[in-house]
Amino acid sequence: MIAGVDRDGLAESLVELIRRTTSKLPDDVIKRLKEYRTKEEPGKMACRTLDTIMENVDMAQSASRPICQDTGTVTFDIQHPLGARQSEIREIVKEAVVAATAKNYLRPNVVDSLTGEIKSDNIGVGHPVIHFEQWDNDYLEVTLVLKGGGCENVGAQYTLPQPALKAGRDINGVKKVVLDMVVKAQGKGCAPGVLGIAIGGDRAEGYAIAKKQLKRKLDDINPNPVLAELEGWVVEQANRLGVGPMGFGGKTTLFGAKATTLDRIPASYFVSISYMCWAYRRRTMTIRNGEVQHD
Amino acid sequence: MIKINTPVDEEKIRSLKVGDEVLISGSIVTARDRAHKYMVEERPDDIRGDLENSIIYHCGPVMKKHDDGTWEVVAAGPTTSIREEIYQADVMEEYKVRGVIGKGGMGPKTLAGLAKTGAVYLHAIGGASQVLARTVVSVPRVYKLEEFGVPESFWVFTVKDFPAVVTMDSHGGSLHDKILATAEEEFRSIVDSL
Ligand code: SF4
Repeated sequence: MIAGVDRDGLAESLVELIRRTTSKLPDDVIKRLKEYRTKEEPGKMACRTLDTIMENVDMAQSASRPICQDTGTVTFDIQHPLGARQSEIREIVKEAVVAATAKNYLRPNVVDSLTGEIKSDNIGVGHPVIHFEQWDNDYLEVTLVLKGGGCENVGAQYTLPQPALKAGRDINGVKKVVLDMVVKAQGKGCAPGVLGIAIGGDRAEGYAIAKKQLKRKLDDINPNPVLAELEGWVVEQANRLGVGPMGFGGKTTLFGAKATTLDRIPASYFVSISYMCWAYRRRTMTIRNGEVQHD
Repeated sequence: MIKINTPVDEEKIRSLKVGDEVLISGSIVTARDRAHKYMVEERPDDIRGDLENSIIYHCGPVMKKHDDGTWEVVAAGPTTSIREEIYQADVMEEYKVRGVIGKGGMGPKTLAGLAKTGAVYLHAIGGASQVLARTVVSVPRVYKLEEFGVPESFWVFTVKDFPAVVTMDSHGGSLHDKILATAEEEFRSIVDSL
């Protein structure tokens, strides 16, 4: 028993989490996309593209089908109470991924990096990605993020200083490299998108924490005023670049940015950026005393 | 909206310009990384009939097989095209392909290939897998399914009114180059003011 559910109960609720994540965009994401839609001129390609995106979101939701066929890297963040066995949870998560793939909620999407062989059940070396954290609460919380390749590929990591961009080791330097990343990404990550930004750390932690920012709700407010200003600045300036939805041109290039810091060692100054596309698939489920709740 | 019916002739394709919005009907063929590598390295002949004067779709769909053996498209949006940059121009020329649907645009080699062969690059809306899957009326054939797997196979789709935008034409025009140039200029003015 884990948080009051048995093995089958947990597997079942995880399949449901996958169904919800692949087919229903979170409310905060839909709200933002709709807001930005009103900023684009009616009749223009940018506006029609956002309309098609919204139509697609509705269709996927009502049919319980993938919003995007690239169901991405399947990443679970699992916070569990003391006493839960991680090895057992891991097996159940894998079972759920296999079952969800059979139901076409997930595309067979895992490839052997040397042989090119496709794993038809989505179980492979390092996949699904499962991060565990044991916490002091008495309930289990699972957040699932599906992130496709198009947006993952445009993410970037910079070291400061960057002489070519006149980017030094300060907040203005950070702003310059982040905006440079947006210019380089163009529409390739299926703009409009959201950035997760980590300032500092080493290369591995930088990317990990940047990605973790994508778990935040779009309407939360960063308690650190410097980071809050950075987040607002990045979105506002990115939307002046004219890239627009899909890179067709327009005012909506980003619809969010979330930043955090990690301390660093004196010799390194990394800025790590993870880009999430408009098909921002993130869902959370909690299990408390055997009761499953989906967000 | 301009209607394109496949098979489509070179003249019609050469009349298309960057920014034109099109609705494609007829037969199109999915092909992505393994399929492109295979076409260039092994020049298979069995797919020629399906590719000539037709359109390649950079797409790795989610498919469902029914009990009677027929296939249904569950999700089918475009995948990133630039990965095929090293192959695309050769593939278009070899197989007389008149168009490529994908996302993100392609590079100079493909742009030159479009002019040479008489073809266009058509940008579909990335991620719109349901809206685009809805345009597929049937799936008459698939090649290489066993070997390449579902996302990498050549799926022949019969589509009706598949929407796309011409972002690279056969006259050297590229919307992507234009948008990038504007963005770079704007970027410089923003960072200079910091
Ligand atoms: S970037 Fe996102 S929307 Fe685009 S194809 Fe990949 S997963 Fe789908």
